[in-house]
Amino acid sequence: MRKTKLSDPNTNGFIGHDHNNDGIDRRGFLKCMAWAGTGALCVIEGGVLTSRALAFDMGSKTKSHKMGELSFVQISDSHMGFNKPANPDVIATLQAAVDKINALPEQPEFILHTGDISHLSKPSEFDMVDQILKATNKEIFFVPGEHDVLNDDGAMFRERYAKKSRGQGWYSFDKNGAHFIGLVNVMNLKAGGLGTLGSEQLQWMKNDLKHLKHSTPIVVFAHIPLWTVYPQWGWGTDDSAQALSYLKKFGSVTVLNGHIHQTMQKVEGNITFHTAFSTAFPQPAPGRAEGPGPMKVPAEQLRSILGITDVNYVQGRQALAVVDSSLV
Amino acid sequence: MTKKKLLFSGMAVVLPLALAMVLVLHPIRAKSEAAASPMEVRVDNFTFGPDTLTVPVNSTVTWVNKDDVPHTIASSDRVFKSKALDTDDKYSYTFAKVGTYAYYCSIHPKMVGKIVVQ
Ligand SMILES: [Cu+2]
Repeated sequence: MRKTKLSDPNTNGFIGHDHNNDGIDRRGFLKCMAWAGTGALCVIEGGVLTSRALAFDMGSKTKSHKMGELSFVQISDSHMGFNKPANPDVIATLQAAVDKINALPEQPEFILHTGDISHLSKPSEFDMVDQILKATNKEIFFVPGEHDVLNDDGAMFRERYAKKSRGQGWYSFDKNGAHFIGLVNVMNLKAGGLGTLGSEQLQWMKNDLKHLKHSTPIVVFAHIPLWTVYPQWGWGTDDSAQALSYLKKFGSVTVLNGHIHQTMQKVEGNITFHTAFSTAFPQPAPGRAEGPGPMKVPAEQLRSILGITDVNYVQGRQALAVVDSSLV
Repeated sequence: MTKKKLLFSGMAVVLPLALAMVLVLHPIRAKSEAAASPMEVRVDNFTFGPDTLTVPVNSTVTWVNKDDVPHTIASSDRVFKSKALDTDDKYSYTFAKVGTYAYYCSIHPKMVGKIVVQ
């Protein structure tokens, strides 16, 4: 299978024929265009490259009709409680993210938060995030980051955000014909390893997908990337290949992650991978610093590398448009 | 706001804090310096330094987190485990038995270290 890595938003990646012989045509283009130098718009469509006016896809105010049949927003890594130089005011930047969401011309139906809601798993930190996000007036689905399950194996997280979940907090739901799966890969981590899903969760996922038509668009969201971004920094999930093998038969799969505090895209076969901005602080590009810790940038630049992700799904097509937009 | 006012209001915050820090930190620092700090492991930039530390039996080893993100100290054999340590938080464990103790950060499991007790 040909892999195309698209860490540069100006790159156009092309996926050729693959040879899985499973009857699914995975020909397609992924086209990413820089948005105002700070974000990327990606459109993937099976077989045909459609080129749309950028302003249309970006949700410009001039847009006159509804673009997608399903629209949602992903936010990530709000790290409430963090107060170090990389961002001394994570409350203000999360509020800016909420303002950004509320200003979207096409209002998303719901929000996915891909973890690290809090910095230190404190009730007061969760309370603050809840209070700020309330202003979106939207249903919000959460998966935990490692910062949300620090001292209680995620008990408080599940009590607050995933009451109806299975196991350590995983669950699935359907929206407008698309199937969403929230996974937990931040617990029971083994020495020397990466993120972990575990056999119980993998078995659940396999069963969860069993009854679905192969034409059902699938969106998988989890905190740590489900593709290996940079194992030296722990940016990957040990048993993600197993999870991805269950998704091969589906025509359209989108995987949304956080954790690495920067946007990245990759297409592999039928699966589009995407990582989101943080709303709190940036982290360095893989290998570009001694470690993956919070990155201090000049104050006036901070909001250009924090942001939200807007996702639009057009029913009846294999199209899922993923648009990152920075806070400024 | 004028420069003078800024400086003043800044001092008003910083001064008592600095005083408090000196009062709190001094005895601890004196103690660890007396032992020339061989029993300390610094958690910095997502690494344990030193990653292997050899100590005599009955030594107390102290880990201190110098990162902007929390870490834990978790024995691979579940002999000991700290809570999440925020910046400058410390965790100590006394090794009463000879042996090699592998440990890692349970939040960032790529971070591994070893205490050799002789
Ligand atoms: Cu750690």
